[in-house]
Amino acid sequence: MRYLIPLVLFLGLVAFLAIGLTRNPHEVPSPLINKPAPTFTLNQLADPSKTFSAEEMRGKVWLLNVWATWCFVCREEHPMLLEIERSGEVPIYGLDTKDKREDALAWLQELGDPYVLSVSDLDGRVSIDYGVYGAPETFLIDKNGVIRFKRIGPITPDVWQKEMLPLVKELNK
Amino acid sequence: MKPARRYRCLVLLLTLCSVVIPAMAEQARPMADDPVLEERVLNLSRELRCLVCQNETLADSRAELAVDLRNQVREQMKAGKSDEEIITFLTARYGDFVLYRPRVRPVTYVLWFGPFILLAAGLVILFRYVKRRRDVIVDTPLSAEERSQAKALLDTEAGKEIA
Repeated sequence: MRYLIPLVLFLGLVAFLAIGLTRNPHEVPSPLINKPAPTFTLNQLADPSKTFSAEEMRGKVWLLNVWATWCFVCREEHPMLLEIERSGEVPIYGLDTKDKREDALAWLQELGDPYVLSVSDLDGRVSIDYGVYGAPETFLIDKNGVIRFKRIGPITPDVWQKEMLPLVKELNK
Repeated sequence: MKPARRYRCLVLLLTLCSVVIPAMAEQARPMADDPVLEERVLNLSRELRCLVCQNETLADSRAELAVDLRNQVREQMKAGKSDEEIITFLTARYGDFVLYRPRVRPVTYVLWFGPFILLAAGLVILFRYVKRRRDVIVDTPLSAEERSQAKALLDTEAGKEIA
């Protein structure tokens, strides 16, 4: 009894730390999950005379990937995006945030373009509407325009296979 | 260089400084046109967390996102929004995590009241411990024999020395 209480307290502390220390404090749960994706209409990166609006995607499951040329991790994520595009499982749309148009175009030229199209969020306002605080971030949006999943940081093969792909398949049913 | 020329050089330099330095200072804080508004922006930003460097407030942070969010706050204030409305705008996008001072809600009860509960529990344990000790220790007076023994000890040379 005498040793039991400290032991229980100690084990409790260990349990808290075991859970707490494996969490990534930079992953802030988004309040936008299961909420309608904020609407926007922005100029397309490839052809600024054309616009693209999130509304146009009604009835489709799609990914909105927030990227920028100043974002180091985006470069790391890029091959995975190309792979997803090749798999044909889900269309990816790019939100190029706070970037120079010519830089962004050069980036896609160099690394390949996994996006159906990208739009230019020049002042970062749409990113703020989506609660973006660190590119890359990716939103999975369902047929009703509801955000079903958000990935903060690069999509890794593991995240894609285990979390995103099953959800994409389910939403496409 | 002749003294007169040197003097003219100095005057030119000082003139240049007096023009250039205030111009630079102006560039550093272009938003100070409305001090009352700036004060409000600053006060509210102190209550908000920068999501990039999470232990900094929006007011302290120099991250680009923090600058953008401060601009948003400023703009919305100019548009006549109340502090409460701006906080709602931000929490709808970034969650309660943007608030530096967590809200009192069922999920944060442990955070807000936990320390007081622990303090109260500590006091209860302390009082019970002290009370139990008091019950255990029985005050037994010295017998006559023990008393004389003690007196004898105190009266000896050794006892005096110690005393």
